Amino acid sequence: MKNMYFMIVGTILGITLYKSEAASWFRIYEMFQFDSFHMYGIIGSALVVGIILVQVIKRSKVKSFFGEPIKIEDKEKSFTRYIAGGTLFGLGWALAGACPGPMYILAGAGYWPIFVVIFGALLGAFLYGVLSPKLPH
Amino acid sequence: MIYQPWPWYVAGPLIAFLMAILILMGKKFGMSSNLETFCSIGGAGKFVDYFKTDVKSKRWNLFVVLGSVIGGFIAAHYLTPNDAVDIAPKTVEKLQGLGFESAGTAYLPTELFSMEALTEPKVWIILLVAGILVGFGTRYASGCTSGHAISGLSNLQKPSLIAVIGFFIGGLVMVHLLYPLIFGA
Repeated sequence: MKNMYFMIVGTILGITLYKSEAASWFRIYEMFQFDSFHMYGIIGSALVVGIILVQVIKRSKVKSFFGEPIKIEDKEKSFTRYIAGGTLFGLGWALAGACPGPMYILAGAGYWPIFVVIFGALLGAFLYGVLSPKLPH
Repeated sequence: MIYQPWPWYVAGPLIAFLMAILILMGKKFGMSSNLETFCSIGGAGKFVDYFKTDVKSKRWNLFVVLGSVIGGFIAAHYLTPNDAVDIAPKTVEKLQGLGFESAGTAYLPTELFSMEALTEPKVWIILLVAGILVGFGTRYASGCTSGHAISGLSNLQKPSLIAVIGFFIGGLVMVHLLYPLIFGA
């Protein structure tokens, strides 16, 4: 039953990202050209509302829907892995025009070539797993 | 209304609410960790210890993935009668200069995302390399747009800010420096 709720969250997310065109390759290119406010508006307004909601949840100390205590973990401190990994991800994001959420959404929308991107992403994640002991973090 | 493209001020807050719902369900909003889970399911743990994880504890996120596939299907087939993305005229112009004739008339460029495009070996290489960069990069940075740009920054995490700066360095280099080399004549 819980899984059903997660699926519904995913479905609304999929519809939202598709309908707002955040899953469109063209919008990502336009964003990196600074030609439109659209993508900055989506990320910016998500952030403003997100910061408020996270603060409210943290301060109110509410329990989860399932009665467990909520813990929002801090990200591990580092510089190298975030800047290096982030830059590699950015190169891919701008070339594929899709990040990991929209990849699945576009698969559902029926753009079959996206499966080449998804296969590549799985390969990339696997390669990271193989190489991670040798990489600076 | 629902059939038109949704404005940013509807989509942004909705994304934040979905993130908050996941937090209230005791989880977090992050799509790229699923890539690792798929590797684990596919048996990558046989080769690398990194993938020897407890898949069960990550199963919930696979249902988010399944939902987003369904969401993409519903949105594309039932909620979008006209899927042309109305990007800025100057963007259309730049893209046409790079050979993207479909700019302004489609949801994704047909030059990369149509069955016809897949007859070109170059397109396979572009899509595959793009995917590898996305997969490798997000795992190295331990997060993507959802995990860092939305969740991490919402929780005022400095590591996420560093990652997002990286996203933009990579994206700007790709679009401004590498696109003319990859797609230009």
